[in-house]
Amino acid sequence: MNAIILSALLGVVMMFSGIVIKSKHAIVSTALVCLVILLLGNLCDTYGCFSISMDLHEMLAFNKFGQFFNTIAITATLLYVLLSGKDIVKVGNYPAEYFALIFFVLCGVSILSAFNNLLMMFLGIEILSIPLYILTGSDKKNLKSNEASLKYFLMGAFSTGLMLMGIALLYGATGSFGIEAPVARQLSNGVQQRAPILEVIGLIFVFVSLLFKVSAAPFHFWTPDVYDGAPSVFTSFMATIVKAAGFIAFIHLFEGRADEMESIWKMLLVLTIVATLLIGNVTAVFQQSVKRMLAYSSIAQAGFMLFALYSRNDMAKEGILLYAVAYSIATVGIFAILIKMKDYTFDGYNGLAKTQPLLAAANTVFLLSLAGIPLTAGFFAKYWMLASVMKAGGSSAIWLIVIAVIFAAVSVYYYFRVIQAMYFKEGNAETTEEISQGFKIGLLIMSAIIIILGVFPDALLQWFYF
Amino acid sequence: MVPVLLILLPLITGLVSFFMKGENGGKAWALASSILTLLVALGGIFLYNQPAHLTYDTSWLTSVGSRFSVGMDGMGKMLCLLTAVSFPIIFLATSKNNYKDSGSFYALMLLTQAGLTGVFVATDCLLFYFFWELALIPVYFLCSKWGGEKRIAVTFKFFIYTFIGSLLMLVGILYLYFQTPAHSFAIKDFYALQLSSEQQNCIFWLMFIAFAIKMPIFPFHTWQPDAYEQSPTATTMVLSGIMVKMGIFAVVRWLVPIFPEATKYYSHFIVVLSVIGMIYASLIAIKQDDIKRLIAYSSIAHIGLMAAAIFAGNAIGLKGVMVQMFNHGINVIGLWIVANAIEQQLGTRKFSELGGLAQKAPTLAILLVIMAFANIALPLTNAFVGEFLMFNGLFQFNVYVTAVAGISIILGAVYTLNMVQKIFYGNTVIATENAKEISGNVQLALVVLTVMIIVLGVYPQPLINLTNDTVKAIISVH
Repeated sequence: MNAIILSALLGVVMMFSGIVIKSKHAIVSTALVCLVILLLGNLCDTYGCFSISMDLHEMLAFNKFGQFFNTIAITATLLYVLLSGKDIVKVGNYPAEYFALIFFVLCGVSILSAFNNLLMMFLGIEILSIPLYILTGSDKKNLKSNEASLKYFLMGAFSTGLMLMGIALLYGATGSFGIEAPVARQLSNGVQQRAPILEVIGLIFVFVSLLFKVSAAPFHFWTPDVYDGAPSVFTSFMATIVKAAGFIAFIHLFEGRADEMESIWKMLLVLTIVATLLIGNVTAVFQQSVKRMLAYSSIAQAGFMLFALYSRNDMAKEGILLYAVAYSIATVGIFAILIKMKDYTFDGYNGLAKTQPLLAAANTVFLLSLAGIPLTAGFFAKYWMLASVMKAGGSSAIWLIVIAVIFAAVSVYYYFRVIQAMYFKEGNAETTEEISQGFKIGLLIMSAIIIILGVFPDALLQWFYF
Repeated sequence: MVPVLLILLPLITGLVSFFMKGENGGKAWALASSILTLLVALGGIFLYNQPAHLTYDTSWLTSVGSRFSVGMDGMGKMLCLLTAVSFPIIFLATSKNNYKDSGSFYALMLLTQAGLTGVFVATDCLLFYFFWELALIPVYFLCSKWGGEKRIAVTFKFFIYTFIGSLLMLVGILYLYFQTPAHSFAIKDFYALQLSSEQQNCIFWLMFIAFAIKMPIFPFHTWQPDAYEQSPTATTMVLSGIMVKMGIFAVVRWLVPIFPEATKYYSHFIVVLSVIGMIYASLIAIKQDDIKRLIAYSSIAHIGLMAAAIFAGNAIGLKGVMVQMFNHGINVIGLWIVANAIEQQLGTRKFSELGGLAQKAPTLAILLVIMAFANIALPLTNAFVGEFLMFNGLFQFNVYVTAVAGISIILGAVYTLNMVQKIFYGNTVIATENAKEISGNVQLALVVLTVMIIVLGVYPQPLINLTNDTVKAIISVH
């Protein structure tokens, strides 16, 4: 509960801090302090030393998993602001508001990690999405940013509509907004009664709308345009923390409900996973701009995260946490470097190893992690996902895994193009500004986290089970 | 503790070497490190070789079920020895080569050594996979940064090829992991698996493709000649001298004992593929005009024979493979050293631009001729022992296949002697007119190799004894 209340309050604080604090630098510092407070608040909650509680009529249910995910999301945001704070305030004239919106997004994230009721899920998704529509359009004088914002809003509204429709159908079929499947469906002879068709359709609607949110194929069309059009700093936030939250909601809801869809579920899910991996990876290969490549790669990574829905076991839950950390940190880092680049194309990175050796080295670690090379966190993230599918078994499991690893090999192609440009091609990659020491230290810390998790993933997981 | 030291020494010295600046940064450091590793290896294998010294086991990834456990059996000892012997020789022989940013170059070379040693000693399958990749990634950077003109595309092809292979292997490993009753990656649990023939026939391929790409076996070989040609020669020596042994090693260690039925079931198919590769590579080698490409194709032919001998499935063939793994490593590195000496001095590798070098550099000529004889497995050279045993094993498996494979010996003589003739005999041409004798370092490296070639050719028994336990263990499950 701490995280929800604190993030909402601190969001308001940030909003009004713009009136009092005029220096842009001070606003970033305020945001950092607020994030640390939020993080501490959430940690207090996790370890039970102080938590706000009230009667919620079982609308929200707090558990370790959700709170741990909050910690991850807040820490990732903290690292993100630490690295890119200076670039956030550069986007427009009202920097305090951007931070306020980021806090509201975090509020949505914490609701999504704890909902116990379909309406709360809807609320969480909306609280998360609306600030994002604004952030996407925050570069007001840029036509592309405006277009992206409108596109995102229309698509988002459409998927929200679908979700509401689905929730209504579910309510109609079961008479409850609870996320657990109705219990009283055992017949007297012990045979499970089939779920009514209304409920199955409702679930499919919710499934589709969530696929929209996590940009899985075939509902991914908004992603490249929005990610490309939005100011790069906010793309970084959208593609990482927000996306991971979408998956948490996804797993939370379908963990108990998927079985009601019986064979339809596996079929829909396998098709979605394969389509997402195919479209994300293959399209990313043909991109010329690193930013657009990252947009497609985020679709491809979503394909991998969807495996957690296929297996739905303990390993999948651990895996999604690892994935959230590995993917968020790496992507935040890559975007932070991208923002500093003058030219967003692959050629713009030519020779970066010579002009900025540290940036190139950190970027390499992040890219290797995204590609899932051993000794980086990304490897274990992918490993956990694949192992969870293997553990869940089923006749299609091994073929699904083989398809997944082939696409993982395809992903090496586009991630390594950046590495090739940085190290092996002649050129003079230019950055837009002088790179500060603080930025370099931030990158070093993040690379260190990636490598430590790549050698001792238990460090994170043991914390989860402490 | 010995295997851990063998991994840690190059790993740590390699990481330190990244920070060495200057034109020759890291050169002496790497040589010293590799010599130290060699001493540890010799000490560990011949002096302190009690089992307690040769194994090490500690918990690592508890939640995954993987342990950091390493150990050396005969084959492991032999390949660690090969790795430890090769690196100082490589560093010595290429000490005249200059590299831009040489600190990083030597750092990556040492990291490769750590990875290779790890592969040979890992007794936990996930650990094995880690080292397998750790050996690959530095090589990717080495070849892409310091290689020839077409290096980026060629190395990328090589990387993607092997990476697909490794990922498929990972799927196989995962499958086996969930089959073990205690959910562990330990080698003894993998060996204890009783898989049904259907399971074996399916998972066998996932693992085999990874190893076949690494060796490489026809038709997975297309990355290899280009990669050998474009890599910096020091890296090529590692690639062809040691890294291809990873494939052979992995088949013996992680494939044959786990999938005995599938190995038997597919043995004819794979032996035929290997023999096709031998003949095919030998024929192409005859037509080459570039020393590096010729050695690359000749290497495919030799590896093909080793693969065939493993799948022949008898003790004598396997003994031959063991011996030949070591010997081929030495011989091919010797050939590369000669190729490098010629390229460094004369600036060309093309036979059409060379000739008459024997008049100018007689020592080099003598040493190359010995290497060439070893390459065609003449009696009294080390390769003869291995090839004889392997052909013997293959003969017991199938006479007709052996007859066809035997053609490759003749073809081998054709291209190797042709190379010697074109480089060293005839009249001097423009390129070789001002050629000088090779430097002391290169001579020293080649002489060491020559001594090993002849000693192991006359008295191969210690090498055969060293790996006897592995051969026995593998044949007993076969």
